[in-house]
Amino acid sequence: MIPLSHALILGAVLFSISVVGIFLNRKNLVILLMSIELLLLAVNVNFIAFSYHLGDIAGQVFVFFILTVAAAESAIGLAILIVLFRARRTINVDDIDMLKG
Amino acid sequence: MTFLQLVFYLFSAILVFAAAMVVTVRNPVKSALYLVLAFFSAACIWMILHAEFLAIVLVLVYVGAVMVLFLFVVMMLDIDLARLRAGFTRYLPVGGLVAVLMAVEIALALYMGFNAEPSQVTSALGPDTSNTQIIASVLYTDYVYALEIASLILLTAIIAAIILTMRKRTDHKYADPGHQVQVRREDRLKIVKMDSEKLQPADSSK
Repeated sequence: MIPLSHALILGAVLFSISVVGIFLNRKNLVILLMSIELLLLAVNVNFIAFSYHLGDIAGQVFVFFILTVAAAESAIGLAILIVLFRARRTINVDDIDMLKG
Repeated sequence: MTFLQLVFYLFSAILVFAAAMVVTVRNPVKSALYLVLAFFSAACIWMILHAEFLAIVLVLVYVGAVMVLFLFVVMMLDIDLARLRAGFTRYLPVGGLVAVLMAVEIALALYMGFNAEPSQVTSALGPDTSNTQIIASVLYTDYVYALEIASLILLTAIIAAIILTMRKRTDHKYADPGHQVQVRREDRLKIVKMDSEKLQPADSSK
């Protein structure tokens, strides 16, 4: 059987990789969205591991809802990205400063 | 080490490798493809952890829909990669240090405390119920309000995505359907009353 700690460490490593992805690609909005998807995947791995080890189905139900919200988030994020690119011809975070005070 | 554990570590290694490639590879298309690999490996790991329904949902919804959406968007945008990559190597040491520290800290905290033996998911439906049935039995009873809210979130996402990306084109011809339906006969057809032409008498010289 897979020990709980190993699955949780897998989630932690995945989470760290996504955080460093946000650091490194902080100019590219597409990669930022992909890193956020990876972050949510890491959280989901933790939920599934706990659901498996505690014998509680609630963890899997929460993963279901997280998947729903993540799909909605990425759809709206990509729509905003398309509109932004149409207006400014760029997705560089440094160029998106229309709201600066 | 059992065969199942071996498979788990193999898929974990693939998952970590794919995630690392997603954030470091230069081309966003390759990055999206590595993300597909990451989701697929995660689905296999979930299947090992007895979450079969969610594993299939991850493959169908994420790999099938969301990642294809990502690929479409990445291929549609004409982006200047050189500018977007500026500063990548400058942030790599700090980012890598933070990531390694975070992973080691969480691993140290987790490694000792969580070594319990897994217990099977228990359900009122009996021992031989499938994972999908167990999820369905609580999803539509205990979590029914959350399910309704989730459906509203999806509806909001549909409407928002359509409204955001819709635009009026001026360079092609467009017929307003409401206007078309309301057209009356008098607008299009004009009946002119006139006398019928009389046949001219034959030539008199004949």
